[in-house]
Amino acid sequence: MSNWLYLHARAIADAFRRLAGQPLGTLLSAMVVGIALSLPAGGYLLLDNVATLARGVSGTPEISLFLANDAGAADVAAVERRLKGNPELSSFRFVSRDDALHQLERSGLGDVLGGLTANPLPDAFIVAPHSEDPAVFERLATEMRGWPKVAHVQLDSAWVKRLHALLGLGRSAVLMLAGLLGFALVIVTFNTIRLQILTQRAEIEVSRLLGATDPFIRRPFYWFGILQGALGGLVALGTVWLGVRALAGPVTALAETYGAVFALAGPGLPEAAAILAFAALLGWLGAAVSVRRHLAGD
Amino acid sequence: MIVFDNVAKRYPGGYTALAGVSFEIRHGELVVLSGHSGAGKSTLLKLIPAIERPTAGTVLINGQDVSRLPRRAVPYLRRNLGLMLQESKLLTDRSVFENVMLPLVITGHPPGDAAKRVAAALERVGLGGRGREMPLGLSGGEQQRVAIARAIVNRPSILIADEPTAHLDPAYADEIAALFKSFNSAGVTVLVSTHDANLFAANKPRRLVLAKGLLTEGA
Repeated sequence: MSNWLYLHARAIADAFRRLAGQPLGTLLSAMVVGIALSLPAGGYLLLDNVATLARGVSGTPEISLFLANDAGAADVAAVERRLKGNPELSSFRFVSRDDALHQLERSGLGDVLGGLTANPLPDAFIVAPHSEDPAVFERLATEMRGWPKVAHVQLDSAWVKRLHALLGLGRSAVLMLAGLLGFALVIVTFNTIRLQILTQRAEIEVSRLLGATDPFIRRPFYWFGILQGALGGLVALGTVWLGVRALAGPVTALAETYGAVFALAGPGLPEAAAILAFAALLGWLGAAVSVRRHLAGD
Repeated sequence: MIVFDNVAKRYPGGYTALAGVSFEIRHGELVVLSGHSGAGKSTLLKLIPAIERPTAGTVLINGQDVSRLPRRAVPYLRRNLGLMLQESKLLTDRSVFENVMLPLVITGHPPGDAAKRVAAALERVGLGGRGREMPLGLSGGEQQRVAIARAIVNRPSILIADEPTAHLDPAYADEIAALFKSFNSAGVTVLVSTHDANLFAANKPRRLVLAKGLLTEGA
């Protein structure tokens, strides 16, 4: 075990030596890997921020059920009984016309409302179904529209659902982008390792004559790929971090114009670790394919 | 120790490098392999570490049939041999010390012990204290000494050298020959190919002479 670790430590040191031996090539490769990875990483981060924002605005899709202005207490009670008897609903709350008026006054529209002679707002129920299936929402809304003294039914959070659908689409697009660019990175590493093998052909041949096994020959190339990938991952993290730093101020300012408080979040520790691991994995994969292709049968 | 039994080697294309060669080298012998260019000396030496495989016959090293050795077992065979073949050049981007260290790195020797062995091997070939120098800064004879140090650092029981004195001045060649003789005196089996009939003459070694793939003397 200790010998195995020692040989890996030697291979890592050897890979570092090779990377340090050609600083410009190493830097350029890391930049290519990093910039390519920063696109899906930045896209993922952007979607994550939008998702957080959407969760903050409304986490659960709801149905607003507005009663007619002439609905009396008995009508309200009748609607409440229907809601209580519906097993598809997880919760509902009643917002009286007076409460609705008070809420509007507190939101800064007191001056406008002060000019009215009577409360124009209706009584309302805010209803949350168990399911988030749009078809269930539509069916329930249609059913409620047929109830007595129900004037209007509105799917309050339909836009949130659309946003979630768009986020899902965005995630798929980011995954596809990551897949494509990941494949490109495997090719970049494949070619880098191919050149490494060509330039070190003499060393490989001498090592084989001196009794080096296949794993001994291949190990430094695997580590080279892993380290090059990880360096690219660091460049990607740096690029994303710079992007977040550059956009954080304008995004916060934009949110403030809508009366919202929102700060753009950069990659956390788990995301950073995932980006590094993904980059290292791609590097290893490119190296493994290249080594298999160019050292086979030596 | 080294047994060739009716060994033939024919390359793709039909060229026959060796045709039915048989001989035996016992433990501790000093054997000089000679013959003109193209006689098959290099091919014969390459059969011992399984760089080449015979097309017929058997090659035994310490009782092990290397002609049928699985590919994965070849590295472990080579670790027990000291090789100075034309392919085993020095690495010009590594120091003398690192070149000699390479066989010990491959076998996973602890660094401290390996460093001592390298220093001892360099001392043995007269290059003590010159480990930090680069191979290209050394003379041809010194480079050959480094190659010898690398070949013996793993303390092999068999030392094989292909034309180790080629391109060397006679004085350097005699020094190299003296080194091989000293290793042989310490119990190492030595098989050296050379086209120089006078080399090792003073030691009266056993001679194998090849001509056109056939052993004409020393079987």
